[in-house]
Amino acid sequence: MPNPEVLKWLRTQFFPHMWCPGCGHGVILHAMLRAFVDLDMKPEETVIASGIGCSSRMPGYINACTVHSTHGRSLAYATGIKMARPELTVVDVMGDGDCSAIGGNHFIHACRRNIDITAIVMNNNIYGMTGGQASPTTPHGAIATTAPYGVIDSSFDLCRLAEGAGATFIARSTIANPKQCEKLIVDGIKHKGFSVIEIISSCHTQFGRRNKFRTPIDNLNRIKDASVPFAKAQGMSKEELAGKYVTGEFVNIQSPEYTEQYSRLVDRLKGGSR
Amino acid sequence: MTDVAFWQGNQALAQGALAAGCSFFAGYPITPSTDVMEEMAKELPLRGGKFIQMEDEIASMAATIGGSIAGRKSMTASSGPGISLKQENLGLAYMAEIPLVLVNVMRGGPSTGVPTKISQMDVMQARWGTHGDHGTIAYSPSSVQECFDIAIKAFNAAERYRQPVLILSDEVLGHMREKVVIPPAGSYEIVERKRPCTDKAKFIPYLADPEDDIPAMASFGDGYRWHVTGLTHNDFGFPSAKEDEVEKNIKRLVRKINRFRDDIVEYETLAIDDAEIVVLSFGTVARSSIRAVNEARRRGIKVGHFRPVTLWPFPDKEIYQIAKKSKIIIVPELNCGQMVLEVERAVHGKTKVIGKSLVNGELFTPDEIFKSIQEVA
Ligand SMILES: Cc1ncc(C[n+]2csc(CCOP(=O)(O)OP(=O)(O)O)c2C)c(N)n1
Ligand code: SF4
Repeated sequence: MPNPEVLKWLRTQFFPHMWCPGCGHGVILHAMLRAFVDLDMKPEETVIASGIGCSSRMPGYINACTVHSTHGRSLAYATGIKMARPELTVVDVMGDGDCSAIGGNHFIHACRRNIDITAIVMNNNIYGMTGGQASPTTPHGAIATTAPYGVIDSSFDLCRLAEGAGATFIARSTIANPKQCEKLIVDGIKHKGFSVIEIISSCHTQFGRRNKFRTPIDNLNRIKDASVPFAKAQGMSKEELAGKYVTGEFVNIQSPEYTEQYSRLVDRLKGGSR
Repeated sequence: MTDVAFWQGNQALAQGALAAGCSFFAGYPITPSTDVMEEMAKELPLRGGKFIQMEDEIASMAATIGGSIAGRKSMTASSGPGISLKQENLGLAYMAEIPLVLVNVMRGGPSTGVPTKISQMDVMQARWGTHGDHGTIAYSPSSVQECFDIAIKAFNAAERYRQPVLILSDEVLGHMREKVVIPPAGSYEIVERKRPCTDKAKFIPYLADPEDDIPAMASFGDGYRWHVTGLTHNDFGFPSAKEDEVEKNIKRLVRKINRFRDDIVEYETLAIDDAEIVVLSFGTVARSSIRAVNEARRRGIKVGHFRPVTLWPFPDKEIYQIAKKSKIIIVPELNCGQMVLEVERAVHGKTKVIGKSLVNGELFTPDEIFKSIQEVA
């Protein structure tokens, strides 16, 4: 049972939730709510935006200011909200397809702008909601309904994508390490600027089932076995790291935040200088 | 003090929006609408409002919705391909009942079409562009003054009826300069969205007032918690696929506009009372038509003009009344025959309707319309 502080953040009237029993996304929801409690955040001042997907159904369960937007576009909605009211804490939750396929453009531009939004990418390596089609993070060779003979595409490393695009806080954890998820979400929200926290999730129903990891536990073990802490990864070769999930904090730098720059611009204009 | 300006249509749209209290604009450049965005980029930061250039039109529409959810009167503007890109998120704004103004400075299509020339090809897209049923409000200005006035009206309608409102301008009007009389602040009506006055814990975000079918809207950050979704939802704003709740949701979206149809519909007539021939046109085309009608009147032809100011809701009842008294209605428009379909529907066979279409990127000259009048006189 979650602690009562966490329960306060939930719209418990909608339980049981729509996720398959054993879906990895629930672990992320719990870690995120614990992070909110740790930070003593106020639901009326917290916005959670999402796109479309199993992962994106998350805001519906959170008793805050929530937006279940369109597939891939949540960061653009979140950007409008943050821009209109910078005092709000804005968290954006996305699936891997949401973030890096249909929403890839919004993702890189949110990184570039360094707007103070915390993006949590729930990467289960598949399109869960629509029934197991390949996503840009489905591993090479894996089976998906739209790649019945194995995926021939290369997959994205979302953290490196975020780094190249200019995000100023980037980290990765997995559902096998909920404590680390919680800590990284806390740090990401505290960080002033665009934060990306990729959390390796699991979808036994649509990914595992077709790829020899039938049960939730099989998938958890798969993720555990493939996890490599950042420090350890430093001493490993590219070949050794193939198929591994490197975890930890990768980037944490201070850089001017977008809405602060905008308000400085407004102040400058008030002073009469252009 | 009444001020006078000499503005382009696009500038007047932006200035009208500001006069209506618009404090948020998100956009992406595209000809021939870009000047609206550039005017906002210049003006909003000076007034402490928010301006943001987004990565594309999809994002611009989304951010505009975000700005409105967070309580600001919000606008975006685009043309042609950009308007097509906005359609999915526009649908969310209809579904979640988010007030905003979308300006479409029309250019020719389909696809890239003729970016720098006039067209009126988006009449039906304005009504049915996004998937699904909803009521539509779309205004069409025909002078720079009207660009300014309609921007204010569009915001008022968006706030009152809690939904997106479209303005269909065009390339010629957007870039034409005319005198604009700017009414002093306080001399024109400004509508603000209905805010909830209930206890924050008891707030039911989509519980509509039976008086008007419009629920009060709280802003994120005002202490209320609510859920915005593009899924059909119940009064609590939570997703529902229950037959009765789905039906109630969709029917109300359509009804809230239908029931105020008479308040929303606007049109302008000229020499219509004894007219046997009626020219019916909108936007910039109406300027040529009116010139032609005046000329024909001077020559003793009993002709009048009808100009829909709201393309949607379409002034069908009013046109029916005119149809009963006239012999023929000529509908010149810069497309292959879109509004003429609505006119045919509106007249119920009471009079003859003929369309006149031009799609070469040029505007009808008054002479061309005059000839059409002469042909049927
Ligand atoms: C514009 C649009 N295209 C396609 C879809 C169908 N669709 C719904 S969810 C989804 C994929 C979701 O995958 P992901 O983002 O990885 O989230 P997951 O369900 O795996 O959590 C797709 C393709 C949609 N809703 N909207
Ligand atoms: S289909 Fe996959 S992602 Fe969706 S709820 Fe089930 S396990 Fe989770």
